[in-house]
Amino acid sequence: MHVENHDHDEPGHDHHHDHGHSDPHEEISITELPGYYDMLETAVRELLVERKLFGADEIRRQIEVLDSRTPALGAKVVARAWVDGEFRKRLLEDGRKGCEELGISFYDDTQLIVLENTPEVHNLIVCTLCSCYPRPVLGLPPDWYKLKPYRARAVYEPRAVLEEFGTHIPDDVEIVVSDSTAMVRYLVLPMRPAGTEGLSEEELAALVTRDAMIGVIPVEYQERAA
Amino acid sequence: MTAQTIAQTVVPALGEIPDFQVGDRVRTAVRFPVGHYRLPTYLRGKTGVVERVIPTMGVDNEEEGYGRNAGSKGHYYRIAIPMTEIWAEYKGQATDGLRIEVFETWLERI
Repeated sequence: MHVENHDHDEPGHDHHHDHGHSDPHEEISITELPGYYDMLETAVRELLVERKLFGADEIRRQIEVLDSRTPALGAKVVARAWVDGEFRKRLLEDGRKGCEELGISFYDDTQLIVLENTPEVHNLIVCTLCSCYPRPVLGLPPDWYKLKPYRARAVYEPRAVLEEFGTHIPDDVEIVVSDSTAMVRYLVLPMRPAGTEGLSEEELAALVTRDAMIGVIPVEYQERAA
Repeated sequence: MTAQTIAQTVVPALGEIPDFQVGDRVRTAVRFPVGHYRLPTYLRGKTGVVERVIPTMGVDNEEEGYGRNAGSKGHYYRIAIPMTEIWAEYKGQATDGLRIEVFETWLERI
C-alpha cells in the first residue's frame, strides 16, 4: 500500500499556515495510483468477502494479530534463554514449543529453529525467495530485509554485508547463513554480552534488538560507571 | 525411548519414516519448474549434508501454492552446504556455510 504518512507534528508547531509557511502540512492521503498487485489483492479480497469465505472483520482481526507482534517478544525469549539453562535447551530443541511456553502463538503454522551464536559460530538469517521472517516473535521485517540487495548479498558475501552493519566477524569464526524458504523460520539467539551478570531478566531483554535476532549485529552492553 | 518399546507393533504409514537421516550426503535436483517453487535457483544441483530432519512433517509448499494440499505432507530437511560449494570465488572462510530447509522431492542421495 502506498500511504503517504508525513509526520510533521513538531513540538511547538501550531499549524497556522497563514503566514507564508514554505512547507504546508500535507494531508495524509494515498497519492499513487494502485499498482497491478494492489488491484489484484483488492479484487480477490472483495470476491472472497462477497462469497462469504471470510468476513471483513476477520481481515481486520488478522492485521491486529500481526500488529501485536514486535521484537520485544523475541527479546523476552532471548533473555529467558540467557537466564534459564533448561529453557534454553528446550528452545534450541524446538523453537516453536519454547516460544509457545512463553505464550507466543504461531498463528501462521510455521516452525521455528533457534540458532545459537557462540564464540565459534555466527548465524545470519535471510530469505532469498521473498521475505520469510519469524513474524510470530519479531513482527514485520525491516524494509532492507525484504529488498534484493540484502537478500542476494547475504548468501553471497555475508562477511561484507556484516561489515556494512558494523559487525566484524573474525576469520576463525564460522558464518552460517540460514535461508528460510518454506515452513521453517529462524531466530538468532545472540551471545549474552560480558558484564551483564548482575542484570535482571527484564534489563537483559531491553538490550536485545531486532537486528541482533536477525544476526546482523551482536548484543552490546555498555557498563555504566558505578 | 519409551515410544519404541510401547509401540513396536505399530506400522508406520508410507512416507512417515524420513528418507534421509542426519549425516546423509545429498544433492539438490536440477530442474526448473515454472511458477511457485521453494528451492532457490542458486542452490540447484548442489551437494550438502543433512543436518537435521525437521520434526514435523509439512505440506509441500509448492503444491500448496496451487491449492493442492491433500496427501502432500512430507519431510523437510535442514541441509548444510559449504559456501565454497555454491560460489566458486567465495570471499570468506572455507568453513562458512549455508543452511536451507528443503522438501524431500528436491533431494537425491549420493
